[in-house]
Amino acid sequence: MTHLRDEQGPYFGEYGGRFVPESLIAALDELDAAYRAAKTDPAFQAELAQLHATYTGRPSIITEVPRFAEHAGGARIILKREDLNHTGSHKINNVLGQALLAKRLGKTRLIAETGAGQHGVATATAAALFGMECVVYMGEVDTERQALNVARMRLLGATVIPVKTGSRTLKDAINDALRDWVANVQTTHYLLGTVAGPHPFPVMVRDFHKIIGEEARQQVLDLTGRLPDAVTACVGGGSNAMGIFHAFLDDPGVALYGYEAAGEGHLTEKHAATLTRGRPGVLHGARSYLLQDDDGQTIESHSISAGLDYPGVGPEHAWLNDIGRATYLPVTDDEAMQALRLLSLTEGIIPAIESAHALAGTIKLGKELGPEAIVLVNLSGRGDKDMETAGKYFDILDAEVLAADDSAPL
Amino acid sequence: MSAVEDVIAARKAAGSGAFVGYLPVGFPDLATSIEAAVALVENGVDVLELGLPYSDPVMDGTVIQKATQAALAGGFRLAHGFEAVAAITARVSAPVLVMTYWNPVLQYGVDRFADDLVAAGGAGLITPDLVPDEAGPWLAASDRTGLDRVFLAAPSSTDARLAQAVATSRGFVYAVSTMGITGARSDVDSAARGLVARLRDVGATSTCVGVGISSAEQVREVLGYADGAIVGSALVTALADGGVGAVARTAGALAAGTRLTTS
Repeated sequence: MTHLRDEQGPYFGEYGGRFVPESLIAALDELDAAYRAAKTDPAFQAELAQLHATYTGRPSIITEVPRFAEHAGGARIILKREDLNHTGSHKINNVLGQALLAKRLGKTRLIAETGAGQHGVATATAAALFGMECVVYMGEVDTERQALNVARMRLLGATVIPVKTGSRTLKDAINDALRDWVANVQTTHYLLGTVAGPHPFPVMVRDFHKIIGEEARQQVLDLTGRLPDAVTACVGGGSNAMGIFHAFLDDPGVALYGYEAAGEGHLTEKHAATLTRGRPGVLHGARSYLLQDDDGQTIESHSISAGLDYPGVGPEHAWLNDIGRATYLPVTDDEAMQALRLLSLTEGIIPAIESAHALAGTIKLGKELGPEAIVLVNLSGRGDKDMETAGKYFDILDAEVLAADDSAPL
Repeated sequence: MSAVEDVIAARKAAGSGAFVGYLPVGFPDLATSIEAAVALVENGVDVLELGLPYSDPVMDGTVIQKATQAALAGGFRLAHGFEAVAAITARVSAPVLVMTYWNPVLQYGVDRFADDLVAAGGAGLITPDLVPDEAGPWLAASDRTGLDRVFLAAPSSTDARLAQAVATSRGFVYAVSTMGITGARSDVDSAARGLVARLRDVGATSTCVGVGISSAEQVREVLGYADGAIVGSALVTALADGGVGAVARTAGALAAGTRLTTS
């Protein structure tokens, strides 16, 4: 009997693979071998577990949010609090795993792409912790809307390179990181931050994040005595969603929902709803769904959330979508921002705009499922980095004070 | 038999090796890109490598990125690629290989792309982000149509992978001279010489070296051990800075590197 949980790549159905320049194949093979060895190496697993416990703060807790749930049809809603991890999101789980692997491979330099900056901050953190050089590629647009995270990365000793090509967002940051890796593969590990890219990244990044679902599954059982009816998460590349989905893939009674960024609406031209509106193709080293025109040129995505502003999605999600195991639905900028405010007001938890997409989807889902239902939500990150965006969105910033701060001497 | 292999073999038999010149379609506009490609052949380029602009060209450095982004902004469509191949092959006899990232071919339809390329008079494809392992449909389409298929070989490739590249490639094997992306470099990595030797050891008879070559001296040096030298960014820079006249002069100057005497 095979289980959905057992998929190890390089393909998930027809998705995945390695569509990269030949120059990278040796590095991917080396990484794949190192990862497979580490998976069964008790010393590696112990070192990672120790970091989780003493550095990240794992296991992350779950929090039931009854006041928020009143707005979601009265279903029991339970948040998996990845926002409480060190560095403020789930991203650290994968970063610590890959950084340990990079160390084993004798690499001295980490490079990463980042959208919202959460993955970049986590990578810069690991580089500081392990004494490695760190370069983070970040779309110029994102360096502006996530300026706080740029400062964090620089404080941690990383070099942040604003990417000025293409849409100047996450997609182009990945292009430049891949170019850097092609040129510097001997000394450098590309610490890819999501479940996309060429094999072994989708399966490896998923495995480093599956601790989210493994913890949460047991925590929900302990709290409620049963499995949830649904598990929800936001999906950009899809790392936090795969992380929480994985433990539940073979629980047929648990529905899985991924919420994509629909920007101004998935029927407009300004969205990042890859599975809803895209079609299969090849981008960034893997076959998966992507937003593209008739010629196969990637279409620029749009989302208020830098972390979801990506025209591709991980190949395992494409597969789960096609076989019907998970359902992917669009959530607009405004729905996400209203959910962000609602969780803040009702529970005193300010989520990242990315995670707010999962909350917005959960509000609708809770109303459909009714008060008997239990819904587990991956609260993948906290909203500190988003205060400027949220402040402007809700018009709660004092413009004069901001202007004065800008001109203040250091 | 491959026209590209014939041309390279003929240049070798004459005592030197082939000059492969790259330019993207649609830069600075479709008509000029066709004129520039014709001018390359008229000034010593033996095999044309015609690049199709793509939104996410991870193998290209800033010079080619900038040109292909401009072509896309100027309205480049895949149909223009076939148009350009047809227009160029109608005027010059040099074989034309199309360099393209994989997704445009996949979306166009691999068989349809192959058929339309044959109809336009194209010789085959260079596929920078498609390794033979993932190329099943393209191997079948190129076998059916007789189109050349050029795969890349890197200094980091294992001997087994080099053998695979040699076995699956037709036309030539593209030896990536250095671990890097396209763009002119002052010295072509010595890794290129070793790579070409390793390719010969596993049976390669037609190997062209690319990435980083920008002077006649480098062309001459590469042709000392390889069957062809590929120049891209230096030609694109000339076209961007000085138009068709400049790219013609640059091609002519680089072609001097294919002549045996150092006059």
